[in-house]
Amino acid sequence: MSELITVLTANQLIVAFAVVGIIVWFSYWLSNTFTGGRIHGSAVAIVIGLILAWVGGTRTGGSKGIADIELFAGIGVMGGAMLRDFAIVATAFGVDWHEIKRAGVAGSVSIIAGVIVSFIVGAAVAYFFGYRDPVAITTIGAGAVTYIVGPVTGAALGASSDIVALSVAAGLAKSILVMTSTPAVAGLIGLNNPQSAMVFGGLMGTTSGVTAGLAATDPKLVPYGAMTATFYTGVGCLLVPSVLFLVIRAMLL
Amino acid sequence: MIIYGVALLSACLVAGLFIGEILGKLIGVQANVGGVGIAMLLLILVHNLPRFRSLTTGASANGITFWSAMYIPIVVAMAARQNVAGALDGGVLALLAGVGAVVVSFALIPLISRIGHAPAVIESEGEKADDDE
Repeated sequence: MSELITVLTANQLIVAFAVVGIIVWFSYWLSNTFTGGRIHGSAVAIVIGLILAWVGGTRTGGSKGIADIELFAGIGVMGGAMLRDFAIVATAFGVDWHEIKRAGVAGSVSIIAGVIVSFIVGAAVAYFFGYRDPVAITTIGAGAVTYIVGPVTGAALGASSDIVALSVAAGLAKSILVMTSTPAVAGLIGLNNPQSAMVFGGLMGTTSGVTAGLAATDPKLVPYGAMTATFYTGVGCLLVPSVLFLVIRAMLL
Repeated sequence: MIIYGVALLSACLVAGLFIGEILGKLIGVQANVGGVGIAMLLLILVHNLPRFRSLTTGASANGITFWSAMYIPIVVAMAARQNVAGALDGGVLALLAGVGAVVVSFALIPLISRIGHAPAVIESEGEKADDDE
């Protein structure tokens, strides 16, 4: 038995391929057996992934989900930013350049609108919960933009660590909700063509949420959404600690 | 050769991320600005240049399409390493802020999608959900 553990922990990435393969297979089986394929197998697999992440996080107290359990550390590599970005870029192979150009204006507008709207909602919730300090309100609003903009803004403005933690949690909640709810609302909001996928990526902005949400909806839309989403965090880091912070401070004076 | 496609893909990603870092530095933010998006544009560009045809057809193309097909399993692994427990620990404020941002953003999608052109609806692929995706 200890020999098996040795082999598994010495080959973590390879183990991850097998584990993810089993999860995907099991998910498609669930999808076909219980929903007749109506709920996409990949959507089921993503939810199972999130449940495993929750189990891993509560068992170890770490921040990397199931990857904090040593046996599954390879999941952390496989699902980490490096391979994720590599695979996302690969999905652009065969993308129609004209679609990108067609949706260019709407896509750009959506990035700016997305940052501002998410910030306003996050800041309003913070205000509603009794926060009156512009630094705290801005940092929590930044978290609702993405969980990267939150800590970047907090560091720039000198927010306390509990406020930064709150902002990260807000960004994580957003990302996870986008992953799970996108397939359900796609029909309602017309998310079925490259143009709306680019707008979706720009408005939501969380790369993990957008790419997983589109994967579970229609994998052909992934490159379009990912394209705009990858600009969002940068724009957020630009706007929130500067212009939007000044606006909040002026409003509270 | 498959490795040519894989190498092209990695060259695009590295170049894109590098440009994204420089952009971030130029506008003074501590983040990579659009690196992955720029890498995607580079790949699309190279794909359309006759000069690089040998890198984007035949066996070389398989080196790219393999990683494209690995995308969903990688996303499943990504989901499994999210800090879900951390999101739930943030309490009601964090959940409300995140949920509110998502709901309002969803509502804006149909409005902003109309900018420019009436959206051309692709034939819905949802019906024939391929198992190999």
